[in-house]
Amino acid sequence: MLELRRISKSYPGVDALRAVSLAVGAGEVLGLVGENGAGKSTLIRIVSGAERPDGGRVGLEGEAVAFASPADARARGIAVIHQELSLVPQLSVRENLFLGAGWSRRGIVRRRWEEREARRLLGLLEMDIDPDTRCSELSLGARQAVEIAKALALEPRLLILDEPTAALSPREARALLREVRELARRGAAAIYISHRLEEIEAVADRVAVLRDGELVRSIDRRGPAGGDDGLAPLDRGELIEAMVGRSLSAEFPPRLPGAVGDARLEVRGLSAGRRVRDVSFDIRRGEILGLAGLVGAGRTDVARMIFGAAAPDRGEVRLDGTRLELRSPRQAIRNGICLLPEDRRGHGLVLSRSARANFALPNLDRFRRPGGVVDRRRERRAFGRWREQLDIRLARAGQRVATLSGGNQQKVVIAKWLERGARVVLCDEPTRGIDVGARYEIYEWIRRMASEGKAVLLISSELEEVLGMSDRVLVMHEGRIRGEIADPARADPAGVLRIAAGIGLPEEPSVA
Amino acid sequence: MPEGVSESTAGRWRRRLLDLLGRNLSVVVLVLLCLISSAATWREQNPITSRSGAAVARQVLVACQAPCSVLVVARDTEADRVFVQAIEEGLDAAGARIAGRVFGQPRDVRLELERIAGTGGSFDAIATHRIASEWGPVRTAGKPVFAPGSYYWPTFLTARNLLNVVNQNADIAIIALGMTLVILTAGIDLSVGSLLALAGVIAAVTAQEWFGGAAASPAGLLAAMLLGVAAAALGGLLSGTMVTAFRVPPFVATLGLMMLARGLALILAVGHQRRLVGGGAEGTPEAVRVDAAVFAWLGNGAVLGVPNPILLMLVLFVAAHLLMTRTMFGRYVYAVGGNVEAARLSGVPVTAVLLAVYCLCGAFAGLAGIVDASRFEGGRPNAGELYELQVIAAVVVGGASLAGGRGRIAGTLIGAMIIAVIQNGLNIAGVASYEQKVVFGALILAAVLLDRLQPKIASRRARMTRASTSTPVQ
Repeated sequence: MLELRRISKSYPGVDALRAVSLAVGAGEVLGLVGENGAGKSTLIRIVSGAERPDGGRVGLEGEAVAFASPADARARGIAVIHQELSLVPQLSVRENLFLGAGWSRRGIVRRRWEEREARRLLGLLEMDIDPDTRCSELSLGARQAVEIAKALALEPRLLILDEPTAALSPREARALLREVRELARRGAAAIYISHRLEEIEAVADRVAVLRDGELVRSIDRRGPAGGDDGLAPLDRGELIEAMVGRSLSAEFPPRLPGAVGDARLEVRGLSAGRRVRDVSFDIRRGEILGLAGLVGAGRTDVARMIFGAAAPDRGEVRLDGTRLELRSPRQAIRNGICLLPEDRRGHGLVLSRSARANFALPNLDRFRRPGGVVDRRRERRAFGRWREQLDIRLARAGQRVATLSGGNQQKVVIAKWLERGARVVLCDEPTRGIDVGARYEIYEWIRRMASEGKAVLLISSELEEVLGMSDRVLVMHEGRIRGEIADPARADPAGVLRIAAGIGLPEEPSVA
Repeated sequence: MPEGVSESTAGRWRRRLLDLLGRNLSVVVLVLLCLISSAATWREQNPITSRSGAAVARQVLVACQAPCSVLVVARDTEADRVFVQAIEEGLDAAGARIAGRVFGQPRDVRLELERIAGTGGSFDAIATHRIASEWGPVRTAGKPVFAPGSYYWPTFLTARNLLNVVNQNADIAIIALGMTLVILTAGIDLSVGSLLALAGVIAAVTAQEWFGGAAASPAGLLAAMLLGVAAAALGGLLSGTMVTAFRVPPFVATLGLMMLARGLALILAVGHQRRLVGGGAEGTPEAVRVDAAVFAWLGNGAVLGVPNPILLMLVLFVAAHLLMTRTMFGRYVYAVGGNVEAARLSGVPVTAVLLAVYCLCGAFAGLAGIVDASRFEGGRPNAGELYELQVIAAVVVGGASLAGGRGRIAGTLIGAMIIAVIQNGLNIAGVASYEQKVVFGALILAAVLLDRLQPKIASRRARMTRASTSTPVQ
């Protein structure tokens, strides 16, 4: 189907790909893994016609091709689902699905047909979305699903999925994986890129590992040793080792010494419409409290309300016994609360500015001289200190933060709050889209912040992460806290998932 | 650049040069425009200055033995008087006698010659400049004529013309400062032209009616001017409030204020005229005159030969540059423009920043209005029409992005100068005003297009660099 022979590509200062050879056959799903910067995105850009290789050959069904543009690649049946969303927010789901050329009858929209087709496509993904909803009203997860449905509408011969589940709930993600397998069964080929190894295990016939622009390992799981699905189990440790080129003893760093103290943050009866209903909990000094749940369960809303970025209808929050006003993020920051937002690029960083300027933004009052002048020496020194401690990798001091990898971007966000010296740290999906090596470092910093006596709230859609990192976990379902897990290390992930999905829940909140 | 890759010296220099050009494209454009304007205005220069006057005096003294007697001829202009004074000082110092002096036209020369002849006097030489040396009576007087030599030089590139160019556009440049702040926050301010007029009219009317008109004290005039600026700042605050508190798009909010302020300026001016003629009579939207010398000083005076509007512009530019690069406020403006949500979640007081930005933009427009009123010795209710577009053009040509977050004060200064130079070049080259509009518009489009092409130039540069430094694949 698709064959790449000795593809090379270099950018100024980096060899993004070095003589990579890969093939995907019809009916096959290729899992592509590697740390950020390993060359996965470059490879995808070449296959999808967005970029041309410096050397090597791209073959499609035995014929050498050179795509002039992404549209050219699309016309030959290659569809890409990008990490970035490409929907028009003002248009409805249906309008977005059939936005591209070729769906109308001589320029006239076939409304009836579109409605039917939209329901069918969304049904494939088990998404319960009204096709006439405006995309701006959908959650991030639902929007991602629409994006996938849009690609499926083209019935592609080769489907490329680049971190497609980053914003999906586990249920949506499972449906997507099923659909990818189904496409393959019908004879399409797929390349599946993800940081989530359990997804790779669920979906890929073969796995290719990229590291520093080279293909370092290729694993074929089909053969005699196969399980129920005919696929051999995947050794994740081996995969991670191949990706990072070093062995990680555990996926999560150990708990640091430091006792859990008194209640630091007390949340009582927090409510906002139907999204958050009567949420109460405490976080103690030095404690990492996990907040598990599906996308849309209200976890982000809880964090945003504590941070003053959204107003609750009812409820109160106390910090070290003092009631907070929850009026604005500015006030929350003054009180020593900080937020690592879920949407790092949209909410956490000013992408057009440098890493240092982003770092300094909430800390300018600390670098202030009379007259509101910024003491740039002090600023530089403070940034230099954290840059070194967090190992933030920059090409130049003034490098724009947009050009940094996800891990380095998140470290910039962490650095700005570390300089601020917070009492409460709200982490919303802190490792989304971040490669394995940087992930571990971010876990270490979360541990360290807790050991300094900060109260940490850890929101994550990855069960392993939330169970592996937290001292205690609360599970939310449809705006309510429906379960508490006192000993996450020994908890049964399936049980947590059942609570999160609302399966077999009693009417009253339970304590597991 | 991968480590261990060596690059030829020539290649490195070429890369550096391209890098520099790419990063300072607007400077390159400005220099190019200046070169073009210079080439197009390469003319014979006949300087009429004190320096050339002294040179003529020396010529005369070399040619004729003291005590010699000289007739000095010049036109009746300011520059000619300076020129003549220099000649006479030079001659006096050497003990030469001035037989007579003429300020005027050829006819005046003939009359003076007749007067000298009538009194029985005589003289040995005529000292004058290139223009008057061509006059009939001077050539036929039968005496040696001394005039400074002429030379070729671009008219564009004379100190007088350059000062003039900048001076005439100082108001645009001052407003462009405030506009840069607004555009950095991804906003736009269409009201600046009207606020300029309103500030000028308020300053003039209050100077006349509250502070004593022609008899106003400097303090009173200053107060009137400050009132004008304050009114414009208040206007900016109003659009800022609309934008922040009521989420009105900046385009619409400032469009409303644009009409409102213009109307107010006209009403105030007409009302003043009516009171002036004793009520009842028709008021006209004419300028409100202020006949106080101090009032005109800001717009027409000069310090050390540099016109005041230029000095004011430079001071404000330096202040704005420091504000945007060195202070918390500057950082906040860039953050709000780059990503308002990230700024808010980082504790930036977004509403206060936006209010301050619109208020400052209004104040800058008000200052420009005061300069304008002072220059014309009165507040003109029709001043500044379509300025908003020129100002926006200057900011955009200077490299700021209308999407916000990107742009520099220095860029705006260069943008304003680019627009000034284009205008001046077209004027000197004698292009008629309708054609000027066409050329002007096309040049603005070209400048912005160049800016848009910059990423492509950069990527081509990168490709070139790679080609010249390609390393074998290991």
